[in-house]
Amino acid sequence: MSVTGDGGAGQTLIRIRNLSKAYVRGEQFIPVLQGLDLDVRRAEFVALMGPSGSGKSTLLNLVAGIDKPSGGSIIVGGVDIATLSEGALADWRAAHVGFIFQFYNLMPVLTAFENVELPLLLTTLSRRERKAHVAAALDMVRLTDRVDHYPNELSGGQQQRVAIARALVTDPTLIVADEPTGDLDRVTGGEVLDLLDDLHRQLGKTIVMVTHDPKAAGRAERMVHLEKGVLVPDPAPGAV
Amino acid sequence: MKAIPLSYIARNLWVRRVTTLLTAGGMALVVFVFATVLMMSEGIRATLVATGQADNMLVLRKGAGAEINSGVSRGQAAIIESLPGIATDGNGQRLVSKEPVVLNNLPKRSNGKPSNVTLRGTSPLALALRPQVRLIEGRMFRPGTSEIVTGRSIANGFIGTGLGETLRFAQRDWIVVGVFDSGRTGFDSEIWGDAEQMMAAFRRSAYSTIVFRLADQGALPALLAAIDADPRLQIDAKPEIQFYAEQSEALATFIRYLGLFLSLIFSIGAIVGAMITMFAAVAQRIGEIGTLRALGFRRTAVLIAFLAESLLLSLVGGLIGLAAAASMQSVDISTTNFQTFSELAFQFKFTARIAVQTLAFALFMGFVGGFIPAWRAARMKIVDCLREA
Repeated sequence: MSVTGDGGAGQTLIRIRNLSKAYVRGEQFIPVLQGLDLDVRRAEFVALMGPSGSGKSTLLNLVAGIDKPSGGSIIVGGVDIATLSEGALADWRAAHVGFIFQFYNLMPVLTAFENVELPLLLTTLSRRERKAHVAAALDMVRLTDRVDHYPNELSGGQQQRVAIARALVTDPTLIVADEPTGDLDRVTGGEVLDLLDDLHRQLGKTIVMVTHDPKAAGRAERMVHLEKGVLVPDPAPGAV
Repeated sequence: MKAIPLSYIARNLWVRRVTTLLTAGGMALVVFVFATVLMMSEGIRATLVATGQADNMLVLRKGAGAEINSGVSRGQAAIIESLPGIATDGNGQRLVSKEPVVLNNLPKRSNGKPSNVTLRGTSPLALALRPQVRLIEGRMFRPGTSEIVTGRSIANGFIGTGLGETLRFAQRDWIVVGVFDSGRTGFDSEIWGDAEQMMAAFRRSAYSTIVFRLADQGALPALLAAIDADPRLQIDAKPEIQFYAEQSEALATFIRYLGLFLSLIFSIGAIVGAMITMFAAVAQRIGEIGTLRALGFRRTAVLIAFLAESLLLSLVGGLIGLAAAASMQSVDISTTNFQTFSELAFQFKFTARIAVQTLAFALFMGFVGGFIPAWRAARMKIVDCLREA
C-alpha cells in the first residue's frame, strides 16, 4: 500500500519508497514495517495514527534519522538518509530535524535557556547569535519569563513548550513529534497543538506527528494510518 | 566534533552530590596515601641533602659507605689536613673537622622505647663548617670537657637530652649545655660533643670521618689527584652534598616503592567505586543520552562527556586528598634510616612535582573507572535509549 503526495517533485520533502524495518530477537524475525511508500510535502502537517504496535513510532524514528531501515529508501530534502553514515546522519539531524517527545526529554540540570541552546551548540553560531536565537524561540512559545528556570520548576505544558522551542531554534526543515500531547491534560495539550499549528501555518514548518489522540490528529492537514506495519487508506474527511 | 557543554557534566555531579562526595572521598583517601608517601620520601631526601654544604668535602675509609662503619686513622687525618686546596678561617686555621661518629641507644620521651641516636665528636670548627647550625638554647660545649649539645629533634624527642639534663653513656655523665637548630637538616637528629673526649670515652683510635672546606671548587681535581697518588690514603673523598644524598637514597626509595605499591592496591578499590558511580550515572540518564544523540551529538561526544564527568569526579577527590596531604607538612616525624641505623627526624615535604604526580594519579583512576561506563553510554542505540526514557 502506498500513500504518496500529489505535489510535484519540488514540493515533496519526504519521499519514502519500499521501506521495511524488522527486528531480530534471538532466532525470531519480527517485521515492523513492510514495503511502505509515503510522500510528505514541504510545509505539510501530517499525523501518523494507528494502534499500538502498528509501527508508527518506528516510521517516525526512521524519518527522523535516529534508526536505520532494513530496506528501501527515505529521501528527505533530496538526501537518502538510509545511506548516510552514522556521523553524517548525526550532522544531518542536527541541521534538519527538530524533535518533540511525549515526555519532553529536557536535560534536568540545564535551565530552559540552556536546554533550548543545546542544538545550537552543534552549529557555528557565536555565543551572541545563539543567545538571540534562543530568545526568539522562547518568545515564540511565550516563555521569556522562564529562561532561568530548571525543568522541575516548570509545569508539564511549560516543559513541552521549552521542548518545542528547542525543536525550532535551529530552524529545521522537519519537525517530528512523538505523542506531543500524550502526557498533558486536555487544555494544556490544546495549547501545545496551537503552537504546532502556528509553526506549520506561520513558519511553514513540515511536521510529522505520531498520536493516538484523534483530536490531536484532527489538527493536522493529513492523517496517515498504519496497521501492522502497512499504510491503510485515509478515512473519509470528517470520519475522525 | 562538537562537545556536550561542561555545565551539563559538572551539574550532573552536583545533582548527585552525596554519591559524588562519597566516591570522591574514597579517591581522596587513596590520593592522600599516595601524596603523603611521596612527601615522606621527598622529606627524607630534602632533609639529608640539605645537611651537606656545597663546598665541604667528606672523607671516609675506602668502601665504607657510611660514617658508622668508617675509620680514618690519626695519621691519615694528619695527611688529609695538610693537603693543598683546603680553606682557612680568619685566624689562618685550616677548616678541617676530624669526627668520630658513634651510635648510642636512648629512650624516647613519647614511649620510653630505645632508639639509635648519632653521637658526633667534633670541635668548635664544626660551626664554621656547618653554618646552618645555630645554638637556640644554652651555649656550645667547651673542648676537653664532658659537655654536649643536642639537636632540636633529639632534645624534643629523647629523655635526658634537654638543656641542663645529664646523659650517661660510655661510662661517663655528659651534661647538655646547649640545644642547636640546623634548619631541618640531619644534624637536628644528632648529639655533638668534643671529638677527643668522645674518642677517649668510646676507646676509639680512629676517626669516622674528616670534613673539610675547599678553598675553591677549582682546587678539587688537584686535591683528588693528591689523594689518589698517596698510597697511605685508602679513603673516599666526596662532596658532602653527594654523601648525604646517597645516605637518603635507600630509605627514600624504599618508602616510595612501598607506598606506591600500597597506593596501587588501594586504587583498585577507588577505581571500582568510580566505575559503579559512573555506571549508575549512565543508567539514570539513558533517556538524556538518547535525546543528546537525537539532537545530533555524536557517540564520541557522549563518550567524552561521561569520561569528563568521571575525570571531574576524580579531580575533586584528587584535590581533597591533596589538600589533606598538604596539611601534613606541619607534622614532624622520625624514623630509623637503615643506611645509618640511626634516628632521622624530618617533615613531609610538599612540592609542585608531587602535586602534579598526585593529580595525574587521581585522573588516571578517574579515566580507568570512567572509561567502560562512558563507552557503554556511547554505544547505546538512540531508539533503545529513548524507549527507556
